Amino acid sequence: MSKKEVFRIVIDPKDHRDVPLTWITDCPSYLMTKTGSWRTLRPIVDNEKCIKCGICWKFCPDVSIHVEEEGAVVDYEFCKGCGICAHECPVDAIIMEREDDHV
Amino acid sequence: MAKLPDEELMFQGTTACPGCGAAHAMRYTLKALGKDTIMNLPACCWAVIPGVWPSRNLDIPLLYNAFEATGAASSGVRAGLDVNGIGREVTVVGFAGDGGTADIGIQALSGCLERGTDTIQIMYDNEAYMNTGIQRSGATPYGAWTTTTPVGSRQAWKKNPKKNMMEIVNAHGIPYAATVSIGHPESMIDKLRKAKEIPGPKFIHIYAPCPTGWRSDPSITVELCRLAVDSCVFPLYEIENGVYNVYKKPKKKIPVREYMKLQGRFRHLPENEVDRIQVNVDREWELLLKKEAFTKEQVV
Repeated sequence: MSKKEVFRIVIDPKDHRDVPLTWITDCPSYLMTKTGSWRTLRPIVDNEKCIKCGICWKFCPDVSIHVEEEGAVVDYEFCKGCGICAHECPVDAIIMEREDDHV
Repeated sequence: MAKLPDEELMFQGTTACPGCGAAHAMRYTLKALGKDTIMNLPACCWAVIPGVWPSRNLDIPLLYNAFEATGAASSGVRAGLDVNGIGREVTVVGFAGDGGTADIGIQALSGCLERGTDTIQIMYDNEAYMNTGIQRSGATPYGAWTTTTPVGSRQAWKKNPKKNMMEIVNAHGIPYAATVSIGHPESMIDKLRKAKEIPGPKFIHIYAPCPTGWRSDPSITVELCRLAVDSCVFPLYEIENGVYNVYKKPKKKIPVREYMKLQGRFRHLPENEVDRIQVNVDREWELLLKKEAFTKEQVV
């Protein structure tokens, strides 16, 4: 979502007098800031190896990996590719690959 | 494995650097304290991370205040809640970096602790002014490179020791102070919940590595925290009414060198300086164990 669209949805100004000087909006950052574009390394989960312990979820600073029934699932829209999940995984089920190999 | 609460009050899409320790610190703090929290933020990394207008990143009320005013602002918020008849079910938190707590904000913090305001003052310690570009702070350890303690022929590394904030706040005689580390999230959440239950001023010192400023790999942020605890560089202890309790003692103490060699900010240090740091760390650790033994003896 672009800044303009958010502006229209959240504030919906009829003319310039409706636009406040400051405005506390109710727009959560996951609608706008897609931090996945920052990534240079991409975490790849091997669900054969995954033991669904949840350690990757526990230590993710971007809340971008969670455990589902088939194994850990990475949210590539927001993952910044720091590699903490791969480093902390007790069974080495996550490997980091170069992002440009996946584009 | 002890389970962390599922509730996420920190959304995705933070503008923190990859592998940021401060993001961990906020995530676990909000998991521990829950939705009924009002947070005061001075100028620090977390003044920038919650998002660029018009979006927001935290699902709780925030109050931005001036760099030096975190303690005063949280006292004011608490007083306002008291006047409106809102009791201890709402937790007031001052969440400042090491500059906003140990250097610029120490006067307001001291006032807040001395007045006995019912707040939790949190210092997330990334050991320099990271938001403005890695300038040295009072919490930067001896020997570290920063942009204001550059390593060259005329000046080399920081020559002053790290300020011991736990002793400073303990000297106010507050009911509860604790050091926690993002490498041990379960005990961190335990201590924060304990602090929430205790009336009066509380202080929590969170150890939060900064990969950008420490010149370390983003993937070892959590590992560095564990190494800091195991090498006794950052011991995990709590002070409850003056009684020390070292709640995480390393099974096998590792040399400080193991912890320092992973960080580019200590790369320039010669061997004899590392040995000197080791001697200081050992001394501090022995002193802490003695304080623990002494204060526990006095209680019984």
